[in-house]
Amino acid sequence: MKFGILVNEGPYQHQAADTAFNFTKAALDKGHEIVRVFFYHDGVNNGTRLTTPPQDDRNIVNQWSELAKEHELDLVVCVAAAQRRGIVDEDEAKRHGKNADNIAEGFRISGLGQLIEMGIKADRLMAFGD
Amino acid sequence: MGNGAKKFMYVNRRAPYGTIYALEGLEVVLIGAAFDQDVCMAFVDDGVYQLQKGQDTAESNMKNFSPTYRALGDYEVTKLYVEKESLEQRGMSEDDLMELTYEDEDDDYQEKPSIRIVNRGELTDLMEQQDVILNY
Repeated sequence: MKFGILVNEGPYQHQAADTAFNFTKAALDKGHEIVRVFFYHDGVNNGTRLTTPPQDDRNIVNQWSELAKEHELDLVVCVAAAQRRGIVDEDEAKRHGKNADNIAEGFRISGLGQLIEMGIKADRLMAFGD
Repeated sequence: MGNGAKKFMYVNRRAPYGTIYALEGLEVVLIGAAFDQDVCMAFVDDGVYQLQKGQDTAESNMKNFSPTYRALGDYEVTKLYVEKESLEQRGMSEDDLMELTYEDEDDDYQEKPSIRIVNRGELTDLMEQQDVILNY
């Protein structure tokens, strides 16, 4: 089956971020296809490489980056939600005159159209978060 | 609308201010309109406050985005289902909501109301018919 994954909550604050990751991994392990993972609302905070959790805890951002590398996942962070919350890539940083970017490896910033397209292409759109 | 169109429902459950879900949810609806799908919106629980008329955010330093709902008709988002029970629980009726309309291109561009009051059972049936439900 083709799944689209929507992550609506940030890491650590809310279990939804972990559940989304675990679901995605389990689906891939079972041979399903992940059309895309789309991060919206505070979910965009899953995509900053500056995240530095204590060493004895899981690193949610790195988990996504590694899974994306392994399975060529398309991890998309919503540009409008990301701008509000300070998640930028190199291009966005330049465009808005910021002196740094913080997007994590394997993530890309794009528009809400990618969410709708994911809903159209997927057999099931799974939303994680309140 | 193409034959391959999917049925999208955007469910709005939260008050318009206090969290950003309503505003960011509306952004999805507006962007999604470009994709030519069969779109509707549902307003339940505190989500019915999103359509309340006379919103004034001047003293709260929040952006009053309620005028944006008036643009939905132009984006061909013309089915706004408001749950009757949610209105009643909040002491509200249809008279408390903004008058939102659209021009029906299949009926000589007559102006028609976009808001449809439905009861919980009817809304359940509508949800059953959807392909994609996005919750805000």
